[in-house]
Amino acid sequence: MFDDLRDLYQEVILDHGRKPRNFRRLETFDREGRGDNPMCGDRMQLWVKLAPDGRLDDLAFQGKGCAISMASASLMTETVRGKTQQEARHLSDCFRELAMTGACPDCGAGLAEEMERLQALGGVSEFPSRVKCATLAWHTLNEALENSGKEASSE
Amino acid sequence: MEGAVAAGFDLARIRRDFPILAEKVRGKDLVFLDSGASAQKPRQVIRAMTRMMETAYANVHRGAYHLSEAATEAYEAARRAVAGFLNAGSEREIVFTASSTAAINLVAHSYGRGVLRPGQAVLISEMEHHANLVPWQMLKAERGIELRVARVTDAGELDLADVEAKLADGRVGLLAVTHMSNVLGTVTPAGRLAALAHAHGAKLLLDGSQAAVHRQVDVQALDCDFYVFTGHKLYGPTGIGVLWGRMALLEAMPPFLGGGDMISEVTLEGFLPAPVPAKFEAGTPPIVEAVGLHAAIDYVQAIGMPAIEAHERHLVDHAMARLAPIEGLSLLGRAQDRGGVFAFALDNAHSHDLATLLDRVGIAVRSGRHCAEPLHARFGVESTCRASFGLYTTEAEIDYLAEALGKAREFFG
Repeated sequence: MFDDLRDLYQEVILDHGRKPRNFRRLETFDREGRGDNPMCGDRMQLWVKLAPDGRLDDLAFQGKGCAISMASASLMTETVRGKTQQEARHLSDCFRELAMTGACPDCGAGLAEEMERLQALGGVSEFPSRVKCATLAWHTLNEALENSGKEASSE
Repeated sequence: MEGAVAAGFDLARIRRDFPILAEKVRGKDLVFLDSGASAQKPRQVIRAMTRMMETAYANVHRGAYHLSEAATEAYEAARRAVAGFLNAGSEREIVFTASSTAAINLVAHSYGRGVLRPGQAVLISEMEHHANLVPWQMLKAERGIELRVARVTDAGELDLADVEAKLADGRVGLLAVTHMSNVLGTVTPAGRLAALAHAHGAKLLLDGSQAAVHRQVDVQALDCDFYVFTGHKLYGPTGIGVLWGRMALLEAMPPFLGGGDMISEVTLEGFLPAPVPAKFEAGTPPIVEAVGLHAAIDYVQAIGMPAIEAHERHLVDHAMARLAPIEGLSLLGRAQDRGGVFAFALDNAHSHDLATLLDRVGIAVRSGRHCAEPLHARFGVESTCRASFGLYTTEAEIDYLAEALGKAREFFG
């Protein structure tokens, strides 16, 4: 009945949605962000620990939401670990492009491996009402890195 | 009215009146189970509105020319139709607004700020739509009118003992509750609420946004003081809602919006408000929408509200029988008296994921918190999917939903 939805709900998405990685609270952290999609009720909190050179040393999140939003946050924490803040922001822009259009032709060869991993979420581009589920984690990361203290929303 | 339906409940014929039901969604038949958010429109409504714009449109209450007089007559005929629909004592007690939300805001402003006094309270319930919560929170913030909230039982019914306890000190000026929950489907006991409110010196406002679609409403028999509903859930257009209020209350209330049409005299120094209901209808009203609402009322009355209610009771029983046994599915609320609204959650799927799956097979349900965030908190759930029925809903559609829910649970594993 739902076979053609396997493009959106690939096994990796269902797996990360069910068992999100880095789903915990960081006791010591340098950056913190909160994300909220009020229409959905999706909420998340993200903590980032920075290495002395400013790289993203450790990330963890907690929250509630759909499989897409949880899987996206889970994959994000794995993908940006070890990246510089600039690389993380760039990846965030690329991911948003991917989620909205299904592809990110301009994201550069340097990120090919990361984007291949994130491609699992490219299917949301065909579901306009679900794009914000996929991008919430990345909005929250941007907000954490800005450390502006205001709540992120991908509405 | 042209194309009025014959008396009796002929489901196949009713479905043919709604052009959109013939649409396909991704190649699948549309199974529209979101009528509680907004209902689809029958040809009779669409035609009446089109015909008005093509042949009889002008502004109302203004021109001494034929078209304006014709439009005014059509607009006022809609008011008479609404008065009949609610069995109001007088058509002058019918105020057209933009929506139910606008109607409740009108009461919150005019009755809340003009009649209620600091030290008085408004009592609502835990199962209110945000439209019957936030205006009172705003009133509280602005005027210090206390806001009390009556509890909802685990079965999803209004806790009448708690309502009575919260009325007991006599300080509640207004009890404002839903006549039918947009999440739980619970129909509240309006007559008992009216008796309780009046015994403690409070007025009763019923939010009939859902109930007016599914039940015959007689405001005099209900003995309420204000009743609101909206056009677009009653198979009519968006942009028009109704406030009914007892004449004495409406007359005691100050105007809400100021502008044209709501005055009887204006100088640069001040104005005299027009009599009710014009006092509350500033500006050009929703003229075409009133004509559409009139057609919608004619439509449901031709079928008969008792027949519509009987059909819905049958659907509710059928849905309970089909949905309750689904493994892993929990239903929110099990009220004795309920309408065709079912909020549910699957144990292994978030409401948005579930709604996306259902959409894929042509089923339109709402997902999220349905403008009732505190109620979801009350039941300890983040969000739900909601299937809500219309007069065109069939048993087969409910069977299809049940089948899809079972398959969806397998999909998420």
